[in-house]
Amino acid sequence: MSNMMEIKDLQAKIGDKKILNGLNLTLEKGKVHAIMGPNGAGKSTLSKAIVGHYDIEVLGGEILYRGENIVDKEPEERALDGIFLSFQHPVEVAGVNNAYFLRTAVNAKRRHEGKDELNAAEFLREMKKQVETLGMKPDMISRSLNEGFSGGEKKRNEILQMQMLQPDMIVLDEIDSGLDIDALRAVSEGINSMKDGERSFLVITHYSRILDYIKPDYIHVLKDGKIVHTGGPELVAQLEEEGYESLGEA
Amino acid sequence: MPQQELDKAVSGEYALGFEIDIEQDTVPPGLDENTIKFISAKKDEPKWMLELRLKAFEKWKKMTEPSWGHLEYEPIDYQSISYFSAPKQAPDSLDEVDPKILEAYKKLGIPLEEQKQLQGIAVDAVIDSVSVKTTYSEELEKHGVIFCSISDAIRDYPELVKKYMYSVVPVTDNFFAALNSAVFTDGTFVYIPKGVRCPMELSTYFRINALNTGQFERTIVIADEGSYVSYNEGCSAPTRDDNQLHAAVVELIALKDAEIKYSTIQNWYPGDENGKGGIYNFVTKRGICEENAKISWTQVETGSAITWKYPSCILKGDNSVGEFYSVAVTTLAQQADTGTKMIHIGKNTKSTIISKGISAMKGQNTYRGLVKMGAGAEGARNYSECDSLLIGDRCGAHTFPYLESKDSLGQVEHEATTSKISDEQLFYLRQRGINEEDAVSMIVHGFCKDVFKMLPMEYAVEAKALLNLTLEGSVG
Repeated sequence: MSNMMEIKDLQAKIGDKKILNGLNLTLEKGKVHAIMGPNGAGKSTLSKAIVGHYDIEVLGGEILYRGENIVDKEPEERALDGIFLSFQHPVEVAGVNNAYFLRTAVNAKRRHEGKDELNAAEFLREMKKQVETLGMKPDMISRSLNEGFSGGEKKRNEILQMQMLQPDMIVLDEIDSGLDIDALRAVSEGINSMKDGERSFLVITHYSRILDYIKPDYIHVLKDGKIVHTGGPELVAQLEEEGYESLGEA
Repeated sequence: MPQQELDKAVSGEYALGFEIDIEQDTVPPGLDENTIKFISAKKDEPKWMLELRLKAFEKWKKMTEPSWGHLEYEPIDYQSISYFSAPKQAPDSLDEVDPKILEAYKKLGIPLEEQKQLQGIAVDAVIDSVSVKTTYSEELEKHGVIFCSISDAIRDYPELVKKYMYSVVPVTDNFFAALNSAVFTDGTFVYIPKGVRCPMELSTYFRINALNTGQFERTIVIADEGSYVSYNEGCSAPTRDDNQLHAAVVELIALKDAEIKYSTIQNWYPGDENGKGGIYNFVTKRGICEENAKISWTQVETGSAITWKYPSCILKGDNSVGEFYSVAVTTLAQQADTGTKMIHIGKNTKSTIISKGISAMKGQNTYRGLVKMGAGAEGARNYSECDSLLIGDRCGAHTFPYLESKDSLGQVEHEATTSKISDEQLFYLRQRGINEEDAVSMIVHGFCKDVFKMLPMEYAVEAKALLNLTLEGSVG
């Protein structure tokens, strides 16, 4: 089977508001899928539904991850099984050392996979390497998790976590928002380095800019809680010129 | 997160609730002059001590219990408490210590046998009303350090005791201090001679064992000029349905250029989630700093049904420094009203207050602190930071900072925050594969970090483990 994830007729609400209205989407192994759409279309809701965010109530449909429906799974179970979300607004946690947090997460995943845990030295060696590659300041290792980080630093920290956790299904929610050109380039390089022909990416974005750096294989247009159009990379140019209105029901 | 899951996550089992099955000498409940004479006789005390006790008792009878704390509890019946209880055979040497007591202390993580003693830490072990064993006494003697039970000190070092006992916390300071002055049973006495840096950590472990008894210990730490000592205390008690009273007094004296670091890990039995049982902890702790001296209080308060405690510093000498670092946890139905008093008298005195309150389930946590700038406290400075963390929505946090400033040159800074463990933080950690309990623990530890880093290393480890146990049940 060459599909990483199949979302079938997904219906979900936040509070009293129904946002996803029978969404269908197939994510292929080793491919980069981009989701574009106007504000309020349900882009972030989709990403939250995939990782089991507490705001979302799934009313119907399935999210099959490697063939298994994960709708009722706890967020940490989905994470341990290899689903990763890069948050649009990463939260700050005072007093929790960035390296300590990340080592706990990495070792939880290694335990789950039946591997030996990394000791502090092994872990730090790896983390330092990635921090350098991402162009992050070395003090990010020992600072409190996201506390006082700039917007760009927070996004780089998300990519750092992704690289250390080595997930299989990567959801990037507006990874490009608030990034200057240097940060955008570093973040994109980080993402591209993860492409290995096996991992799948779901890039959720409002702007096409990031897609110049992370070349998508498929573009899906999300409108009113449904995928209304699917096409190849050429769709980006069309959307840029004509806007979302031009694309009616697929 | 649903309330039930949260409660499960924060209602840790009390692990030290076992009882030591030993024969004990316990006086029948009740308090009158004869009780005090009995205690004094049991301790083989000189007459002057008995007289001081009796005077204190007369004064206590005229005092009333304070009611200003943000605390609710059934009135204490002082006649229903037994004021003295001791393991029957008072040992002269370790060979004579009841093996069951050794076993109990081992369970608490404090081996008393010579060959197994904690490296670099001298321990005074107190059960109910008596000290059962003090380790490393001889080693300390070589440096001129006195580390013994207060009962021994009254007999062996009467001049020091007479000079300093009641000098920082006078008999009539408050209702509970007066009661303690009359009936105190044991506690620790420490004297560090001039210019000596105490070669090891000193530690007292208090254990309440007997039923229906109160524990009234009295501790005095004197750091003579230019000396340094780090002193730690820990405590626990069996799980019982009745409330038990603990009313201790601690006096610290830091003479010129001396430094005392005093750390407490308080883990008395907290009672159950309906507020049944648990220790009533009414404690008076105060230190005085002479010129250039420094006193640093660090406390981690996780136990007791009621905590009423304000470790304080009188910054009498110029350039003296007072510090208070506190983590207070109230879960189940626990209530804590705790904080500090920093009294600035000398010039250029400095004080720092960092208080972290954590409330979960039906816990109520109050910070109460006073910063007083005296008329002569030119150039004095205080910095206070009081943060509260709420877990769930049935608990409460309250902050009462008081400021008295007679000197406009004194500088006072106060910051206070109250935050809830946010669902977004928890979710973030869980999305990275960290389970819910570990995620709560990580956030709470992060919150307490500024205080834990002030504890000596061994105790920081213990404090972290204890916090996990208190808040997370199955973790740790």
